[in-house]
Amino acid sequence: MMRLDSGRIRAVVRKEMRDYRRRRAIVVSMLVLPLLFLVEPVVTLFVSLKSQSASHLDQFVVLPLLYLLLIPVIMPGTLAAYTVAGEREQGTLEPLLTTPVRRQEIIAGKAVAIMIPTVALAYTVFGLFLAAVALFARAPVAAAVFRQGPTLLALFLFAPLLAGWAIVVGLAVSVRANEVRVAQQLGTLASLPIVGVVGLLALNVIHPTFTAAALFGVGLLAIDARALRIVARMFDRERLVTGTKAARYRLTARAATLGD
Amino acid sequence: MPPLLADNAPTLSGSKGQPALVVNQLTKHFGGRSAFSEVTFDVAHGEVFGFLGPNGAGKTTAVRTLGTLIAPTSGSAIVAGIPLTPENGVEIRQRIAIMPEAPGLYLRLTVTENLEYFASLYGLPHAASRISDALEAVNLADRAGDLCGGLSKGLRQRVGLARTLLSNPAIMFLDEPTSGLDPVASREVHELILGLRQKGVTIFLTTHRLAEAEKLCDRVAILNTTLRIIGRPEDLRAQLFTTALVIRTRVALRAPDQIFTRIPAVESWRSDEPGSYVLSVSDPKIAAPEVARVLVGAGADVLAIGEAQHSLEDVYLELVADDVEASRE
Ligand SMILES: Nc1ncnc2c1ncn2[C@@H]1O[C@H](COP(=O)(O)OP(=O)(O)OP(=O)(O)O)[C@@H](O)[C@H]1O
Ligand SMILES: [Mg+2]
Repeated sequence: MMRLDSGRIRAVVRKEMRDYRRRRAIVVSMLVLPLLFLVEPVVTLFVSLKSQSASHLDQFVVLPLLYLLLIPVIMPGTLAAYTVAGEREQGTLEPLLTTPVRRQEIIAGKAVAIMIPTVALAYTVFGLFLAAVALFARAPVAAAVFRQGPTLLALFLFAPLLAGWAIVVGLAVSVRANEVRVAQQLGTLASLPIVGVVGLLALNVIHPTFTAAALFGVGLLAIDARALRIVARMFDRERLVTGTKAARYRLTARAATLGD
Repeated sequence: MPPLLADNAPTLSGSKGQPALVVNQLTKHFGGRSAFSEVTFDVAHGEVFGFLGPNGAGKTTAVRTLGTLIAPTSGSAIVAGIPLTPENGVEIRQRIAIMPEAPGLYLRLTVTENLEYFASLYGLPHAASRISDALEAVNLADRAGDLCGGLSKGLRQRVGLARTLLSNPAIMFLDEPTSGLDPVASREVHELILGLRQKGVTIFLTTHRLAEAEKLCDRVAILNTTLRIIGRPEDLRAQLFTTALVIRTRVALRAPDQIFTRIPAVESWRSDEPGSYVLSVSDPKIAAPEVARVLVGAGADVLAIGEAQHSLEDVYLELVADDVEASRE
């Protein structure tokens, strides 16, 4: 059984976050993207629901809250695109691959380094949004929002799971893409299924019941874990260095690549 | 605190006597085209081994293969005492260090931050002191806090060298460490490598600069997909070229053929320009005085008689030109 070294994973995380912090394009997009996805909930809760009677409010406040979940889905794309394709583009991937680090450690470190700022920012935005609702929304609207305990809980629980999905898809694209720009464009596809789910909720095709949410959560966790392994396997040293997949290695029948 | 580089003792590798690197019939194909083919050689501990070849000879591919970045198509190797197999990748990489063709530094991180990252990837204890020792070794201590993006190409190359020094590797692979550097920066890198050689570090150096190989390396191998020749620079010269005397006279000899064929020690002769002659001889020490006597006797004004010096460049051109001719056939 292979043992991953937490020291090396931490080293990858630290370096990645340092690098991100010093890229203006990344910092700006990490701050601007959440604002874009706040527009819909803000408009709905602060403007559209002004005239609604208090009795119907409960059914109108759930969807804008769920809409906030797009934030953790959208944000990882930029970072994930950079993380492998960017290193390849700037020529730092080869030296990294010459060190004893295992590919699983690289992938784990890079995933964590994206997860931390994404979830931190998403939670901050959720918190600020709820604080704004409590302080500035009409009293009946605020009351209706804070009656949605399960929805609010789901918001905080689903944020990392959805971010995880976006991260693994973004990493997979980044490992395969030769250019950051391509990776970035393809990476946005990660959000499509989630946008679809929110859309179906909005059209009342599916309903946000507890069972549905629980199933969705468990399914997502399983998919995230599985997909992370697939990404680690896609992370083929030979292909990343030379652009061609490792040919079968005749010396040992077992492994196809000089993996790890 | 352990010294960065122990004198004359590459530390990590196993028993004395076993070479640092054993390569046997190693071959790498990309699809149908071979990058290098059936390459066999050894590198001893403490040796600076030059891997010389023209563009596309397979040097970089060989370094990547020995560094476990890509898998060989066939053949075998033992790198720092460990057989080159897929399972041993991590262990081999732990014992060696590679500086790729481009140093590949994180430009938004400082010199120290770059080195810290690699120190932790190697799991090195006493990282801080190793980093300062490595920076000291490449004369970069005063630039430790600079962002790598602000360094010149020559300085970046030195940071790359410092990075390979960090882990005190059993073998250092340097892939064209002076490519793209100006003469001054190149010379600084050469001096660093000579310093390492003196400390007994095993270095595998690829280059297409012949003078560089001649200056730095204990032995060189000339590669052009297959290994063409291997040996000490001076032995290669002796092996490839018959010894010769070079003679210059003030005016061209009137009947050179009559003069030179008279001397038993001269096997053959040619003249590339008037007043300049190259004589093939088996022993210059016997031939030279004899030739001098005959020439003076014939009334020639001799300006110089000397042994022909063949540089490694001649060896290289001889071999590579052969290849070119062979491929034209
Ligand atoms: N990923 C690849 N796919 C196909 N062929 C490749 C690949 N990498 C290298 N080659 C081929 O293998 C041969 C050796 O290339 P390599 O880069 O090892 O040469 P080199 O000696 O390092 O040359 P240079 O002096 O230009 O650095 C070349 O013919 C090259 O075209
Ligand atoms: Mg090369």
